[in-house]
This record gives sequence, C-alpha cells and structure tokens, in this order.
Amino acid sequence: MASVQHSEGDRRDFLYLATGATAAIGVGAAIWPFISQLAPDAGTIAAGAPIEIDLAAIPDGGQIKILWRGKPYFVRNRTDAEIKAAVDVNVATLRDPQPDAARVKEGRAKWLVIAANCTHLGCVPLGNQGDYGGWFCPCHGSHFDTSGRIRKGPAPTNLPVPQYTFISDTRIRITGAAATV
Amino acid sequence: MQGHSHYVPTSGIGKWMDSRLPVPRLVYDSFIAYPVPKNLNYFYTFGAILSFMLVSQIVTGVVLAMHYTAHVDLAFNSIEKMMRDVNYGWMLRYLHANGASMFFVAVYVHMFRGLYYGSYKAPREVLWILGVIIYLLMMATAFLGYVLPWGQMSLWGAVVITNLFSAIPLVGPTVVEFLWGGYSVDNPTLNRFFSLHYLLPFMIAGVVVLHVWALHVTGQNNPTGVEVKDIKKDTVPFTPYATIKDAVGLVFFLILFMWFAFFQPTYLGHAVNFVPADPLVTPPHIVPEWYFLPFYAILRAITFDINLIIFTIPSKLGGVLAMFAAIAVLAFLPWLDTSKVKSTAYRPMHKQFFWAFVAVCLILGWLGSKPAEYPYTVLSLIFTGLYFAYFLVVLPLLGLFETPRKLPASIADSVLGKVRSGGAPVTAGAAAAPQTKG
Repeated sequence: MASVQHSEGDRRDFLYLATGATAAIGVGAAIWPFISQLAPDAGTIAAGAPIEIDLAAIPDGGQIKILWRGKPYFVRNRTDAEIKAAVDVNVATLRDPQPDAARVKEGRAKWLVIAANCTHLGCVPLGNQGDYGGWFCPCHGSHFDTSGRIRKGPAPTNLPVPQYTFISDTRIRITGAAATV
Repeated sequence: MQGHSHYVPTSGIGKWMDSRLPVPRLVYDSFIAYPVPKNLNYFYTFGAILSFMLVSQIVTGVVLAMHYTAHVDLAFNSIEKMMRDVNYGWMLRYLHANGASMFFVAVYVHMFRGLYYGSYKAPREVLWILGVIIYLLMMATAFLGYVLPWGQMSLWGAVVITNLFSAIPLVGPTVVEFLWGGYSVDNPTLNRFFSLHYLLPFMIAGVVVLHVWALHVTGQNNPTGVEVKDIKKDTVPFTPYATIKDAVGLVFFLILFMWFAFFQPTYLGHAVNFVPADPLVTPPHIVPEWYFLPFYAILRAITFDINLIIFTIPSKLGGVLAMFAAIAVLAFLPWLDTSKVKSTAYRPMHKQFFWAFVAVCLILGWLGSKPAEYPYTVLSLIFTGLYFAYFLVVLPLLGLFETPRKLPASIADSVLGKVRSGGAPVTAGAAAAPQTKG
C-alpha cells in the first residue's frame, strides 16, 4: 500500500488511532471483571459489619480475643502497673513512635483494643510474654509492650488500634479496621 | 541439532501423516535420533526424572481433586475421608504429598548440576532462565497445594506468605485484600488457591516444552563443558543410550520416592497440620516445608531497617526483597559468572566455592527451621550475606583470577582418556591461551 506523507496526519491515521484506542478500551473492559471478581464479595463485606463487644466479663489484667472479619482482636483490661509501664516509655526511642494516650480512649486508659495480627507477617502474638510484658510473636520474634507497641523484632509498626467507640461503660463497638494489616 | 539418523516413514499411513502433521518425525528427531554427548553422567538423568514427577503429580492430583472439597468447613474432613474411605485414597494422597518433596529433591539436584557444570553459560542462557521460571512456578504450586488440607500449618503458612505482599509500598494492603478475596485468609482464599493449584502445573508443562525445545536447539552441556564438535565421535543417539540411562536413574529415584510414600509418609510434613485450621491460634512455630527453608531463613534474616540515606527500606520490605532477590539472582547467573570455562571439573577454585555454596544453602535451610531468636537470627544474616556473595562477588571475580585446568580438545578425547578429566594444572603459557569454547 502506497503511503503519502502528510505532516498533520490524515484520515487513515485518525482511523488507526481510533480503532486502536477502541480496541484497548474493549480489552480493558473485558479484563476488568476478571480482576474485580478477586475483591471481597458482597456477602463478605456484609459479614464484616460493625461488631459490639461486652467488656464486663474481662477481669483486671485479663484479656479476650475476638474474631472479626476473620481476624483476631485483643481487648485487654490493663492493670495500673501495665498502664504505668506503657506511659513511662520515652516515645522518641520507639520504632513507631506513639504515646500510650494515642492508643486508648480518653479516660478509659485501662482498656486497650488492638488488632491481634503481628504487623510483620500476620501471626497471632502470645499475651503476657516477651521482654516488655505485653505480647510476643512466636513466628519471627517480635516483642510488643503493654500498649501493643513494637519494641524489638522484625515487625515494622505497632499493633494497630481499630476504629471503635464506647457505647456504654462496658460495651464497645468496633466499626473499622485500622489502616495497616 | 542434527540427529544420528533420519526419520523415514515406511508405511502408507506413515507417509500420509508425515506430509500433514509430522508428529512421528518430531518424536523421532527429538527422542530417538537426537544426539547426546557420550560422557553424560547420572546427574544428567534428573531432567527425565523431573518430567516423570510432573506427570506423576498431575495424574495423582487430578484424581485427588475428585475427592477434595474446597471449603473451609469441609476441606479438612474431605482429606480425612480421602485417607480412610476412598479406595487407595491414602496411597494417592501420600504419593502426591511426598511427590511434591521428591519433585524438589530432583529439581535441586538438577539445579546444582547446572551450577557445577556451567550449564547456564552461553549459548544456554534462555534454557537456564526458563528453568528458573519453572522453579518459580513449582514453588507457587507447592505453596498453594500445601494450603488445601486446611490444617493449622496450611492456614498460617498462607497468612505469612500472603502478608508478604502487604510490604509493597502504597498498594500492598489492597493487593493482599485482592489475594484473599476478603479481610483475612478465608473461604474465598481457599477456593481460588484450589483453582490456581490446578492451573499452574499445566503452565509448568507449557514452560517445560519451551525448556526442552531450547535444550534441543543448543544441545546438552556435558561434564567437560566442551561443546560437541563432531556428532559422530562426540555423541550417541538418544535412544537407546539416554533413554535407558534415564530409566535406570528413574528406578533408583523411585525407590527413594516409594520409601517415603510407603514407609515414612508423614516424615516430611508437620504434625500440627493434622489440627484443623484455627484463625485464633497461631502454631507455636510456623515453618514452611523443607524445600522453602533456605528462603525462609533469608526472609527472616533482615530484622532491621535499611537506611539508604535518600529513603529507608523497612525491615519487613527488606526481608521480602531479599527473599525474592535470592531467587531472581539465579536468572542473572549467565552474566554474573565471568569465567569462560563451563565445567567446574576444570575450575579448581570454583570447585571449592561451589561446595562452600552448597554448604551455605544447607545451613540456611537448617536456620530456616529454627525459631527466630539469638543466635539463629544473626547466623541467618551472615549466611544470607554469604549466599549473595557467591553470586555477586565470587562468580564475577573468580573468572578474572582463576587459572583453569587444561580442557580436553573434544568430548571424544576426554572419554578416550587423552586428557585425564581434571588433569594437571596448565602452565602459565597455556593459561594465556584463550578458551575458545565458552
């Protein structure tokens, strides 16, 4: 096919581009459902609705583990000594600097609510263990303090605090996961 | 490569087919007349052994899929039913589970063989890289398959491995949610893992076809590393020589395989995987299957943030990058090794470094099975350093400083003993002579 030089492009160039663009959009539109189906489905999202937890049954120094959205969360009723240990830390020395006050609700410092999957690779740390009296992850050796903050080991960040509110003195509602895993 | 003889169809139907779809000609040229170096040793039978293992895994796997239920509430019990109720179900499952381990035994022998005899060097770079791709696919398939019984180690292995992807900056958490199909490793995850576990072996089979094709274009390497110069003198036809040798190697390999499958069927697994998966309880000690242990040690070796002045790699991302780099570096091997001599039999210094590297891999495997505490964490870091030093320091420099032994003029000369394999070191003058084959 003989081609004629047109500095500003001709009708055929336009048709090539338009056809190519249409084909690309078509292929993209056809691929999208195959990607999108991998995302959490409507049932999974519905099953992940906010959950209420009764705190009355947790004794001083005790801790419960609940399952929400397939993942465990710790709710710890901290003793005064544990709170003091968490507050007295020099925040600047921490890997993920966060004061204890930023991890609990104001006036309810005894209640610590945190995600129970280690921020390293998702194992469930063991309570009341490790060098800092908080949690110890048996998989890869991360130590967390009584505020759930990373103190030693491979985990990059503190155990995240989910979004929750107190709906009464002994009842909380978890409404959303924290940003990190 | 030009074969020893030519396919000549004799029957009428043979001639008719040959001019339409010459499959018999392809088979004849590839597996009967195809010339193989006459000095191949038993380490060269592992390609055939691996082909057998792939077929074996697909056959047992397809059958097992007829009895398996991919649902978190039913998967564990469907496996137990398979073990107790299904006719020969116990045998088929043990063949499949131990077959995976045997597949890796064979592939590691095959890979170290390639490393020792320089089989990755020109003109076999593409052949080698295809092998690395097959190895990656094998690892993915094995991991996906291990999740399916939905025991404690299945679940927690899946949690640890899928969380690796959360280390990706910015999009990590979204990627992980798409892997899971939810907010955690759960039923949607199990379903898609089953689907992919069924798919990947056929992708492996496809890449194996390319691997064999590339092999048959360049011809096989051999223990001398000297290329074939004269088809008649240096090679023998594939059938019967290589076929029979491969069959003998396979028989001995199968003895090992069957010993595991029938006498130690659970030895290579983990007892905790006989406990149904529980997302609330992490097993005290999560370890992958033995064939992943060296890479697991490398993953756990990076326990500190890597400060690169401009930006900082968090320890988690550092570990993930190190682990993937440990595999990716294999693909660059043809260009990292600067020596013109292929076979380590003629490389006195590399011979020592090679065995040191084998030891490093074994020690990394041992470290990967240990808990993440002192002194194992420090040792993991040291041996991770040694692992990468072999590829990034030793191999590039060795080619410059090593004086290789004199190579035989041809494969035939080597076989006839004109130059004893691994003979006396060459003199300085001979060393200066360029190694034409490289």
